Amino acid sequence: MEIFFQQIINGLVQGSVYALVALGYTMVYGILGLINFAHGEVVMVGAMLALSALTALIGWGVPPLLALPVSLLLAMAGCMLLGFGIERIAYRPLRHAPRLAPLITAIGVSIVLQNLAMMIWGREYHAFPQLINNQSHHVGGAIINDIQIVIIITALGLMAGLMAIVHRTSLGCAMRAVAENQHAAQLMGVDVNRVISVTFMLGSALAAIAGLMVSANYGLAHYYMGFLLGLKAFTAAVLGGIGNLRGAMLGGLLLGLIESLGAGYIGDLTGGFLGSQYQDVFAFFVLIAVLVFRPSGLLGERLAERA
Amino acid sequence: MSLRSVSLLLAALFALASCGKSATDQAAGELIVRIGAVAPLTGPQAHLGKDNENGTRMAIDDANAKGITIGGKKVHFELISEDDQADPKTATIVAQKLVDNKVAGVIGHLNSGTTIPAAKIYSDNAIPQISPSATAVSYTKQGFKTAFRVMANDAQQGRALGEYAVKNLGAVKIAIIDDRTAYGQGLADEFIKAARAAGAQIVAHEYTSDKSVDFTAVLTAVKGKQPDLLFYGGMDAQGGPMARQIKALALNVKLMMGDGGYTPEFVKLAGDAAEGAYASLPGVPLDKMPGGKDFSGRFVAKYQPIQLYAPYCYDAVNVMIAAMQKADSADPAKYMPALASLSHQGVTADIQFDGNGDLKGGAVTLYQVKQGKWQVLETVGAAK
Amino acid sequence: MPNVLKSILTHGHRQRLLFCLLLVAVLLLPFATDALLGRGWVRIVDFAMLYIMLALGLNIVVGYAGLLDLGYIAFFAVGAYCYALTGSPHLAMAYPLLFPDGLHLSFWIVLPLAALLAGGFGVLLGAPTLRLRGDYLAIVTLGFGEIIRIFMNNLNAPVNFTNGPQGISRIDPISVAGVSLNSTQQVMGITLPSVHLYFYLFLAFTLLVVFVSSRLEKSRIGRAWMAIREDEIAASAMGINTRNLKLLAFAMGAMFGGVSGTLFAGFQGFVSPESFSLMESVMVLCMVVLGGMGHIYGVILGGLLLALLPEVLRHSVVPLQQALFGKTLIDPESLRMLLFGVALIVVMLYRPAGLWPSRVRRRELESDEVAR
Repeated sequence: MEIFFQQIINGLVQGSVYALVALGYTMVYGILGLINFAHGEVVMVGAMLALSALTALIGWGVPPLLALPVSLLLAMAGCMLLGFGIERIAYRPLRHAPRLAPLITAIGVSIVLQNLAMMIWGREYHAFPQLINNQSHHVGGAIINDIQIVIIITALGLMAGLMAIVHRTSLGCAMRAVAENQHAAQLMGVDVNRVISVTFMLGSALAAIAGLMVSANYGLAHYYMGFLLGLKAFTAAVLGGIGNLRGAMLGGLLLGLIESLGAGYIGDLTGGFLGSQYQDVFAFFVLIAVLVFRPSGLLGERLAERA
Repeated sequence: MSLRSVSLLLAALFALASCGKSATDQAAGELIVRIGAVAPLTGPQAHLGKDNENGTRMAIDDANAKGITIGGKKVHFELISEDDQADPKTATIVAQKLVDNKVAGVIGHLNSGTTIPAAKIYSDNAIPQISPSATAVSYTKQGFKTAFRVMANDAQQGRALGEYAVKNLGAVKIAIIDDRTAYGQGLADEFIKAARAAGAQIVAHEYTSDKSVDFTAVLTAVKGKQPDLLFYGGMDAQGGPMARQIKALALNVKLMMGDGGYTPEFVKLAGDAAEGAYASLPGVPLDKMPGGKDFSGRFVAKYQPIQLYAPYCYDAVNVMIAAMQKADSADPAKYMPALASLSHQGVTADIQFDGNGDLKGGAVTLYQVKQGKWQVLETVGAAK
Repeated sequence: MPNVLKSILTHGHRQRLLFCLLLVAVLLLPFATDALLGRGWVRIVDFAMLYIMLALGLNIVVGYAGLLDLGYIAFFAVGAYCYALTGSPHLAMAYPLLFPDGLHLSFWIVLPLAALLAGGFGVLLGAPTLRLRGDYLAIVTLGFGEIIRIFMNNLNAPVNFTNGPQGISRIDPISVAGVSLNSTQQVMGITLPSVHLYFYLFLAFTLLVVFVSSRLEKSRIGRAWMAIREDEIAASAMGINTRNLKLLAFAMGAMFGGVSGTLFAGFQGFVSPESFSLMESVMVLCMVVLGGMGHIYGVILGGLLLALLPEVLRHSVVPLQQALFGKTLIDPESLRMLLFGVALIVVMLYRPAGLWPSRVRRRELESDEVAR
């Protein structure tokens, strides 16, 4: 039972990490209907920036509790700039191009960012400094530590914050208008380009937060870390219904739980024939099963034709 | 786009490509010997690949500084370094490129998955290949006369690790995690065989991938089986975070890894969770070998701390050059027999090849992290 | 083409002349490449042909039927493993009792079987995804590709089927009419090294794939696919059986992938799951989109460019820097992939429909005239 409870906690933490990244995907998709495949790399850049800033600040003798938020803000600013630039260069000119064209530029942007990061930060893995005493807590026989609690709370908080922005502010109103119909929104006096730019910057700021959280939790950052994370988060976003913020959260948590329970129990369920090496297979099977019955994800809108 | 502009574009591409085939100016009276080096220089293993390249480069610089003469001519060694991206297909392309460039020998590749398909091309063109780090048993079992390695294979290393775990560390219930790469799976399987033979029980066998960072689920599953030792078949980049998560989950086991874990990177990534972890490295510790300390000192001064296989690359180049000197020829056909029968004192071990091209004896040294540093425990299975 | 020629030759003649010239050039290509650039380039061109076949196969699914597929490399893997299992000593080593000498089936027996099996997998993938569109389809196909790769990576225990991550080595080379392509041959005084022989084999298969693709494109089936691509609801209202046709597109595309895979296994002599990663699927998709979706020549161009570009950059980055600055400033390896990424972006920005898109409109007009 303790083991089961621990697996649930593992799944929740892992799922919150996916959700943090998935929120960024879904944010952009909801407005533009475009998968920003480079989002995983923006997360990576965020982690790297935060790490560099943190190391520099600590080196200057800034106390850790001050250095942490400052480097987070720096990373967010850097990522917002990056997100703005990516949209301006790689997506905006293609807004009316065939559907797959922006997909290819996104792949191009991913490759470019990865290799730039390799040139700037080197090929080695960077260890994340252990600054704060990361205390463990025992909850009913299972263990959870401070960073993990912060991750779960941050993911939930950011989702709530984003929903408030989208549904309560005038910016959010403009976003929803652009998502509904760009031309009509423009006629109503919405500055479509500005709204899209802001959306990208918002998504990229989220990526910076996610990057810092991920590297603090696992204790490392590497120029290649964005790829797998981005892929898993994308899966999570689709599972929940891409374009839906609550869906991203739900999909992330669900994927995390499926993975950890799958890894923990596939072996027992199949009598040792299949083991934890099939955890991704298991996750994809669940995804396919969900999509067969609900073709636009768990919480996705039922749009008949929106390719 | 018309056909003509397509052909123009293609012509331009080929022109661009052909400027890569620059002619080498041959100084009078100097023999130029080209040595190829292949490792992944981009992608997730780039840090190890660069380390290999540096080790090879240093050996070649040393040889050039020494001023070696072969066949009465002063030799200038030239390094051609290539990136195989850890991809089998790219590996064969790169191998063919090295063959075209008329290399006298090849140091590489880094991974077993790239070394095996490339070996066929080197064999077809009768060019000796010494891998500094490919450990898959099947690499030297393909029946190629050109395939050598200066690293103990999975069977040799897995056996040493398995026996040490059971006999010296007293492990009874052992859990295994492997990363499903050719390296991790091969080593883990050999470890299991040896540990079972020595009387231990394998209570869990879990899996991860070489790109994962989160191991909490499999570690929790392992925790349920209450083992006293956990063997991880995989590399440092996963081993480090794994050690941290073992500590965070209060999993009370000894962590043991193969050569993939014996790096400063592991200690850096694991932080204080690294303390007490075990790892092995084929060969004899650097400071126990004559010239080893000198090598590591100069290497660190010139490049960066040794990641993993740089000393093996250094040895591989030197073995190759020693064979050339012995045969007094840099012609692969002439120096290959000398290579097969050579005995060379390297910085990692006394190198001698058996009939397959594997390292004879295959000494393996075990290390443990103490006070944040890898410390030598003992060397087992020394040359017989 | 000069105006004089244009006036002398009719359109059909010109096409035929151009085709013949191109054919001669292609036939001489391995020799020219070998002499000018080295044998390594012939091998690169060989791989480029395999990629062209893959891209043409994917073009059926993505270009004609408009179904986004991010797991296409799985079919390549199925084909490759079919030949690896039946044409190597692996079975003999894993099951010495059942197969004392291994199967060692001829390539020409395995090829159609592998194509059929890959086609079957195509239907398997297609069936659950019939209702999905766009990005949802992309993620499911991506998942399918990963599932196949994971199974291949792990089916070495409890029964050793694929030899897991170690891969299968020592696969028999392909032989044509009893002549092994893995050796140097003398034909009428001309020396043909192994890579040249494979070149001609791959060329033959590529031409076959091009032929089948172009016939399909103009057939009833091809037109139905394009109708589905443009508007699925309208297509089904016109009486097109969208379900069967979509499955057929998946199956046909998968078969081409399977054929290409068996050729790959015979050529390389070694297969391991690393060769079938997600990045490979993405690369093939890039070839199709970059070249010009739905246009055979465009796709061939895309395949050729993307297969050659990284190698061209590999050969040119260092000398170019040395020529410009006198020394190597930036590490060639990172610069190579960087430039590759930049190339993807730039091409898409300036030619969003691909480098060489099909002129659907114009062709329709022309065919109208011919019909009259």
